[in-house]
This record gives sequence, C-alpha cells and structure tokens, in this order.
Amino acid sequence: MNDNRYELNKELAQMLKGGVIMDVTTPEQAKIAEEAGACAVMALERIPADIRAAGGVSRMSDPKMIKGIQEAVSIPVMAKCRIGHFAEAQILEAIEIDYIDESEVLSPADDVYHIDKTRFNVPFVCGAKDLGEALRRVNEGASMIRTKGEPGTGDVVQAVRHMRKMNQEIARLTSMREDELFQAAKELGVPYDLVQYVHENSRLPVVNFAAGGIATPADAALMMQLGAEGVFVGSGIFKSGDPKKRAAAIVKAVTNFNDATLLAELSEDLGEAMVGINEQEIGLLMAERGK
Amino acid sequence: MKIAVLSVQGAFIEHEKMLSLLGVQSFEIRQKRDLEQEFDGLILPGGESTVMGKLLKELDLFEPLEKKIKEGLPVLGTCAGLILLAEKLSNDANTYFGTLPVIVRRNAYGRQLGSFYTEEEVTGVGKIPMAFIRAPFVESAGADTEIIARVDGNIVGVKYHNQIGVSFHPEVTGCTRLHEYFLRTCQVHSKP
Repeated sequence: MNDNRYELNKELAQMLKGGVIMDVTTPEQAKIAEEAGACAVMALERIPADIRAAGGVSRMSDPKMIKGIQEAVSIPVMAKCRIGHFAEAQILEAIEIDYIDESEVLSPADDVYHIDKTRFNVPFVCGAKDLGEALRRVNEGASMIRTKGEPGTGDVVQAVRHMRKMNQEIARLTSMREDELFQAAKELGVPYDLVQYVHENSRLPVVNFAAGGIATPADAALMMQLGAEGVFVGSGIFKSGDPKKRAAAIVKAVTNFNDATLLAELSEDLGEAMVGINEQEIGLLMAERGK
Repeated sequence: MKIAVLSVQGAFIEHEKMLSLLGVQSFEIRQKRDLEQEFDGLILPGGESTVMGKLLKELDLFEPLEKKIKEGLPVLGTCAGLILLAEKLSNDANTYFGTLPVIVRRNAYGRQLGSFYTEEEVTGVGKIPMAFIRAPFVESAGADTEIIARVDGNIVGVKYHNQIGVSFHPEVTGCTRLHEYFLRTCQVHSKP
C-alpha cells in the first residue's frame, strides 16, 4: 500500500463523518438503511445480537450475500472479517469492498496478531477500548477507528466507557511535556510518532466513530456529544419494532446532536427499542477480543 | 465576508478549516434556524449525497437554499456537493437542487479501490492537487456551462454563473487555491 492509498482511505472515513453506518443482513435491509439516510452499510449474515444468541464460531459472510448488497445500494458497503484472518480480508478485497471491519464481533482467528493492514489497498476500520488499542491498530494500517462498546447488547455503557477513556488519554498526552512522550509511548505500547501526533493535534490520526450498544436517537446524541465523529448502529435498528423510522431518527439525531428539542421530537413514537441485555447479564465480552 | 457550510453530514469541518486558513468567517448549517443570518456564499461539502439530499429536505433546508442559489448566491459543491447541484444524474433517478446544467455520473470511478490522487490544471486557478474519493464526474455540460477542469478527458470541474462544481475534494489536500477562486466569486457577488 503506498502513502497515497492510505491517505485516500483515511479521507473516505472523513466523508462518512456525521453519519450513521448501519448493520444489514439482506439487500432489502440495505435499501431501507440507504433510504433512511445511512452513510454506509455493514453487510453481515447475522447482526451481533443474533450472533450472541446463536453462539458458536462466527465468520466472514458469504461473498455472494455481500455482492447482493453491493448491487442494491450506491453508498459504501463495509463487511467484517475475523481478527487476524488476513485470508478473509483478501477475499473481501477481491470483491472490492469499500471498507473492511476487522471485528471482535466475529470469533477471532488469531489471539496474538492482528492483520497487517498496510498490505492491503482497501481501508480497514478497527475497534478500540482505549488510546493504546486505537494507536496500535493505526500503526498496523487501520484508516478508521470505532469504540468497541459491547455489540449486540443495546447497552450503551461500554461505548461510553471506551469513548471517555480514549478522550481522557488524548487529553493527558496533549497536556504532557514533550520529554514525557517517550515514556507515554512505552506505556501505551505504541510508536513514538503516533504519540507525538496525538500530542500535537489533540486527536487520533484517523476518524473515530462510536459503536457497540447504540439503540436510540438519544444514545447516538450522547456519543456525538462525547466526541464521536459518527456512529455505527448494529442490532439497534433491525432488532427494533419500526426499523425504518428508528433508522431515520438516529440519522437526524447525529446531525443535530446538540438540539434537545429536536431530539425530543425524534424520540417520539419509535415503537419498541431492541430489548437489550445489561453488561452484567452477558457471558461473552466481545470487547475483550483483540487488544 | 461570511460563508455558510452545509453541515448535515460529511467533510464540512475540512472546508471550515480551509476558510479559516484564508481568514474567512464561516458557520454551519444544520437546521432551518441557521439560515436566519446573512451570508455571501455557500459550500456543499463532500460526503454521501443520498444522506445530504434526504436531510436537506427533512430538515426544511432544501427550499430556502434552492431559492438562494437560484437568486445567484455563489455556491461551491465538491463531490457529493456537485451531485446535489446537478440538473440530472445519469445513473440515479434522484436529483436535488438541479440548478447546475450538467449530467453527472455518480461513483463514476467505481468503489474505493478506484479512488485516486492527481494534479491537474483548473482554469483561473492553476495546477492543483486533487483527491478523487468514490468520485463522480460530469458526463456532459450545458452550452453556457464553462468547463474548468478535466482529468483523463473526463470533466471534473464546471462553472455556471455563480455555481462552481468539482468532482474532487479540494478540502482535504491542504491547498486553498480553489477556495480562493470561489471566494473571488463571492466577493464580486456581494459588491453592490
């Protein structure tokens, strides 16, 4: 991957900012998402809530299913591969996916190494719980980051925790003396130049979205006010009573995340939200996969 | 001078940064009440045109902005912004403002693997860096529409009265020259 390609890949994420990326499992759902104002869709066979319920090993989706979704919509199409599974990523690149999510939602294929994303021309988004994870993924070639949150739960608490943690660590680096950055790089387990970038720019070197447990317009507004540059909504939409209406409401909530009057209107009559599971009730913490 | 930047989705902050580098005041349009102030020009940024088109309508921004553009408000549309201005799209039944007499092909270079950088001449601007990201291009332009840039024979920049449309992203390359060109149009327009 040459430098230009990496810049272009980071810039595609910039174009997605202020938008909502929605999980879809069929071309029909993809169309509903696009019409509701999704800025991209994530094509996958089962949404995280169902992956969680079904248990077992969860893998990359059938390329045919992904192609069906690519044909159905004109917005960017993303798809997930397992952590460390570079062969799945090669397959997704071969079908010209717009973004690969090396995702903890699927069963990890490698419990030590992430994919060397610098070897690919297509862009990657990766999950992170804190600044160290985020910068390690960027160092491996990720051109976009999202908080891990806890997928498939409809519980926003972990996305909030991860976003706050990341922001606190960014603020800490920003306020450091320059001669303290070497030690910070060592503690975070990341290269010095990335630490220096954060110190100088008070932000990650790539776009940062919120993901994992966002189910309502208010959840989306909360994450945007905490500094997310956009949101992923997985199970929250197609596990709810009225997906079309909820999807459109979340899109508008992300655009006007600071306007409580509008948010109140958007939150009316959305039908049933996904039932959700509290973090104490789940056996599997997907966010603990891949650090 | 004050420039409004449509900020419902996409790379609007990048445009604000370019304007701020040039010492020009800007503000964000996210909803109808943001239109209450006066402004000398409008930027429609890069992002997803389907999302912006839908939000323009649902947030009641479409008609007031359409009216202003038709009355001659200078406007710069980049990538998705060009799509919003186009009179017709060759591979999509939707149209948005439709004030710029061009036929535009969406995603004309294919998916993200087709995205690229280049440098090319823009009439009245000079040679500038261009980032094409899942970009459209202009298939044909009306007789009164000036073609200001081509890449590999394809039309990637047009000007029609006070409307400038480009299929690349001048907001991400760090080069402010296209913005300066747009601001000159705004300046001429705002002088009585």
